[in-house]
Amino acid sequence: MFKKILIANRGEIACRVIRTAREMGIQTVAVCSEADTRALHVEMADDSVLIGPAAAAESYLNVDNIMKAIADTGADAVHPGYGFLSENAAFAKALQKAGVAFIGPKPEAITVMGDKIESKKVALKAGVNTVPGDGGAVENAAEAVKAANAIGYPVMLKATAGGGGKGMRIARNDEECRDGLKRASSEAETAFGDGRVFVEKYIENPRHIEIQILADAAGNTVYLGERECSIQRRHQKVIEEAPSPFLDSDTRRAMGTQAVALAEAVGYTSAGTVEFIVDQDRNFYFLEMNTRLQVEHPVTEKITGLDLVEWMIRIADGESLSFGQDDVQLNGWAMEARVYAENPLRNFMPSTGRLTAYRPPLEDDSLRVDTGVSEGSEISIHYDPMIAKVISYAATRDQARTRMAMALDEFHIQGVEHNIGFLAALMGHPRFAEGRLSTDFIAEEYPEGFQAQDVTPDDPTLLISAAACIHRAYQERASMISGQIQGRQRIVSDDWVVLMNGEESTVSVTLRDGGYDLSLKSGRVAIETNWKMGEPLFQGEMEGQRFCIQVERSGIAYRLTHAGAEVDVLVMNPRTAELQALMPVKKAPDTSKFLLSPMPGLLVSLSVTKGQGVKAGEELAVVEAMKMENVLRAEQDGVIAAVKAESGETLAVDQVILEFE
Amino acid sequence: MQDIIRQLEEKRRLARLGGGQKRIYAQHAKGKLTARERIDLLLDPDSFEEWDMFVEHRSTDFGMEENTIPGDGVVTGFGTVNGRLIFVYSQDFTVFGGSLSESHAEKICKIMDQAMKVGAPVIGINDSGGARIQEGVASLAGYAEVFQRNVLASGVIPQISMIMGPSAGGAVYSPAMTDFIFMVEGTSYMFVTGPEVVKTVTHEEVTQEELGGAVTHTTKSGVADKAFDDDAEALLMLRRFIDFLPANNREQPPVRPTPDLGDRIETSLDTLIPDDAAKPYDMKELITKVVDEGDFFELQPGYAANIIVGFGRMEGATVGIVANQPMVLAGCLDISSSIKAARFVRFCDCFNIPIVTFVDVPGFLPGTAQEYGGIIKHGAKLLFAYAEATVPKVTVITRKAYGGAYDVMSSKHLRGDVNFAWPSAEIAVMGPKGAVEIIFRADIGDDAKIAERTEEYRERFANPFVAGHRGYIDDVIMPHNTRVRIAKSLRMLRGKKLDNPWKKHGNMPL
Repeated sequence: MFKKILIANRGEIACRVIRTAREMGIQTVAVCSEADTRALHVEMADDSVLIGPAAAAESYLNVDNIMKAIADTGADAVHPGYGFLSENAAFAKALQKAGVAFIGPKPEAITVMGDKIESKKVALKAGVNTVPGDGGAVENAAEAVKAANAIGYPVMLKATAGGGGKGMRIARNDEECRDGLKRASSEAETAFGDGRVFVEKYIENPRHIEIQILADAAGNTVYLGERECSIQRRHQKVIEEAPSPFLDSDTRRAMGTQAVALAEAVGYTSAGTVEFIVDQDRNFYFLEMNTRLQVEHPVTEKITGLDLVEWMIRIADGESLSFGQDDVQLNGWAMEARVYAENPLRNFMPSTGRLTAYRPPLEDDSLRVDTGVSEGSEISIHYDPMIAKVISYAATRDQARTRMAMALDEFHIQGVEHNIGFLAALMGHPRFAEGRLSTDFIAEEYPEGFQAQDVTPDDPTLLISAAACIHRAYQERASMISGQIQGRQRIVSDDWVVLMNGEESTVSVTLRDGGYDLSLKSGRVAIETNWKMGEPLFQGEMEGQRFCIQVERSGIAYRLTHAGAEVDVLVMNPRTAELQALMPVKKAPDTSKFLLSPMPGLLVSLSVTKGQGVKAGEELAVVEAMKMENVLRAEQDGVIAAVKAESGETLAVDQVILEFE
Repeated sequence: MQDIIRQLEEKRRLARLGGGQKRIYAQHAKGKLTARERIDLLLDPDSFEEWDMFVEHRSTDFGMEENTIPGDGVVTGFGTVNGRLIFVYSQDFTVFGGSLSESHAEKICKIMDQAMKVGAPVIGINDSGGARIQEGVASLAGYAEVFQRNVLASGVIPQISMIMGPSAGGAVYSPAMTDFIFMVEGTSYMFVTGPEVVKTVTHEEVTQEELGGAVTHTTKSGVADKAFDDDAEALLMLRRFIDFLPANNREQPPVRPTPDLGDRIETSLDTLIPDDAAKPYDMKELITKVVDEGDFFELQPGYAANIIVGFGRMEGATVGIVANQPMVLAGCLDISSSIKAARFVRFCDCFNIPIVTFVDVPGFLPGTAQEYGGIIKHGAKLLFAYAEATVPKVTVITRKAYGGAYDVMSSKHLRGDVNFAWPSAEIAVMGPKGAVEIIFRADIGDDAKIAERTEEYRERFANPFVAGHRGYIDDVIMPHNTRVRIAKSLRMLRGKKLDNPWKKHGNMPL
């Protein structure tokens, strides 16, 4: 077995690989950029090497520096994780040449599968169903339009070297096709250094279902069931689960068999994933094969009981699989939610900054949290903004979903915008609960983006009760202040008025050891909790039901977050409530007259000038953040009154770019 | 007898009604509460004891003798906030527009005198059109009587002004002399001369809001300490604020129990200071992670934001926090921030509130605007305030402490009781680059040499040890231990007794 593995990656996946390596008694080496010298993966590894500046191109993508780190530390194998060099055949070859094992497939397999056009040809030959479209790179807009018309709209313009949603555009007509080609190509050029783009049929209402395979050098290949990853935003996965609520065993077997056939056709070894798009009639088409470990691999690990990283290491070391296809059993249901530093309201734009508070939910048999950060870590503009992965596991889908909802309620993050509330809302979404998924789910269900204030609390009694308890505790303590007048000490009343979402409820609340007793209009409830003032999580049990509510004091209100809903709740004595009701409702400032930067980033270009008239949907400006070009478009027809920012300028979030008349 | 009681009841009814139901509706329509409603929000339920309900004005000019309302436009008395004694006056805009008459002023003076005798804070709720013009000089005399009491009470009992309506002309000077001014957005204004006069004199066109609204005074002038959304928020937050303050200058600040223990470790503070010395970080994170339950009541958050001031608690007892904010102007000291912090330090010193100072200061802000504006004199205010303060002073240098600004920020030399430095602290006359360009002027132009010298200087001075050798720093502490070490220091300092030499008063560089 290997003595020392270098992990050519960062973040949660580096930490996850280190964990398995350590369990196998293998030493680990972390690599890091200057931005990551204090990162968790560096802390966890036995040894670490600085491989360059923050920019990934100069560090995590820098083959020379990583090769040097391997030589310097004497590592005899390299795990590439996902992203970065994981699907870089040149890197795999360099390792081969240096006599260092690459924990992944052979360079040839990477090369073939890394090329969308090539891989489709191989797939066709191996008898794998593929999406209509010849897959040839188009040279110019005219060719793209021609290809699109041949296939029939809608079509997808896709970067040949693409992945992770970069360099992808949907087009529904010739104009969008021309525009999409331009964007996809330029994005692909920046992201992959390869601007080639091809056109294929775009399948509506599709589901993204992928097959995990594992293959050893002796030619044994098995499939480990599927993962459904249909819940996506900006073409990136947000929630994954295994198994898929959509597949029947026949379809599963058919997909698995094709995936194995494809792997065998390229002499695949190690773990790999064959991605399919599945239409509403369970027709499935090959999308691509990812020749690496996937972000969402834990859900497969949960339902198969296998450690995929362990098997990747064993296979790389020449071991053969100790089990066959018939031994693979799928048990229970696993779900993964990706916690991102992003703003769900602003089209999921990335957010950066320091995690001033970071408290993940506690792990147990039904919950796993994979992360690469700790409190005080920086979410940098240089890398993927994923903070953590939460994986729940239970006997049934419904239980896994409920467990996930609970875990998300307990996940406390401050310092960056994040999508926990959104994920929690998804868990409670009836359509999600029914399993009626599609890759358009988010776009269809949240066309205006996600706003936590708009989520109706599913259990108002819980939130009202919690606020009353919290207020009662603070008031009780306020009544214990020193220096009170003898005989005039504050006596805290039990009766309060709770104002939530414009509705008043009268609540009587009394303190007792280990909790509170409440009397509401709907009846009496008891809350058991060990909550202490100042703690951000109000956790406990109400009538035998576990709950966790995040609480933050916001002026005189308590800001409660639960199941994706965020509400400001006031708790007042009856007289105060009477007077508070006289207060005017303040309107939020009108920002519709401005184009604001939705995120911190670079203003790449401005497409309009002062005095110019614009139509709804017209491009106004392009802002680049995290290597993604974001086109800001006019929301309605109007005239530009003033240009407030220059191209090349670094923008803060909410900075005014344009003013409309 | 029955008749007297009936009359009494009638007078009480009239007094409670103030300027009448119509005016009460008008007050509500403006988004404002009445004088009595405000008192209800401020004080503990049923704790208000009203005085002088039957006082009426004595004016006989302009038909005023026909027009009297019991109480004369101000409600006065005392009550409790969380069981602690508070005196309060609340001007009633529904009665003669809350204008100040001689007797209105007498009512205010009466409770101020009583508050001084018993040592309890005075809260003034201001909502007044100004002087009662019909009374002429008698009204002006009334203002002056209040001013005189504000001055005598200053430093003896806390005085807080709530501006909840207009406050114009001479009326602004009573709040100006109190310790804190809080305003309400959209409904409160303060100015010496209103927009009309401004227009005739300087030809400036300006609205009330722009001239003296809450936003103006909390961001531009620094006159007000904080603005709130509405009357209810302002008064309920005031209750929380009062909980930080002692009743008078003979008492220690109040204490209340907290579940947040003094030995709490905050590991994330170890990564607060960025690797890159040029990169800012948010000092508020440090403050909220150090104080009890993360509860920090910041004052003047929108004004001179390069310095942070406000109250928190350590192990249940009030502390005043002063901190440079690297996020704004690199945390340097300038005219506004010096004045802001100086006034806060002096308040804490008046009322026995220990001061915790977090230092990351690259120096004073350079430039003609600052020099012409008198940064010498204004910067000296903060220096004076710290040097004069005899309350417990605990200081933590997190990163830069350069030049004269190092001295100013509660240094050991200004009788700092406990002075800590984080390992990232750099205590020096100036940053390495600037220093090298002066010491090795001859080498300017030779980049390699300058770089070498800079590195040399950095190694020599960009650490807490030089100051440590001389005892200017009592200890170098790990950031994660900051709360623990401050809490222990404050416990040690509980018995601190230090007196300045007797004097009538110092001559601070005003």
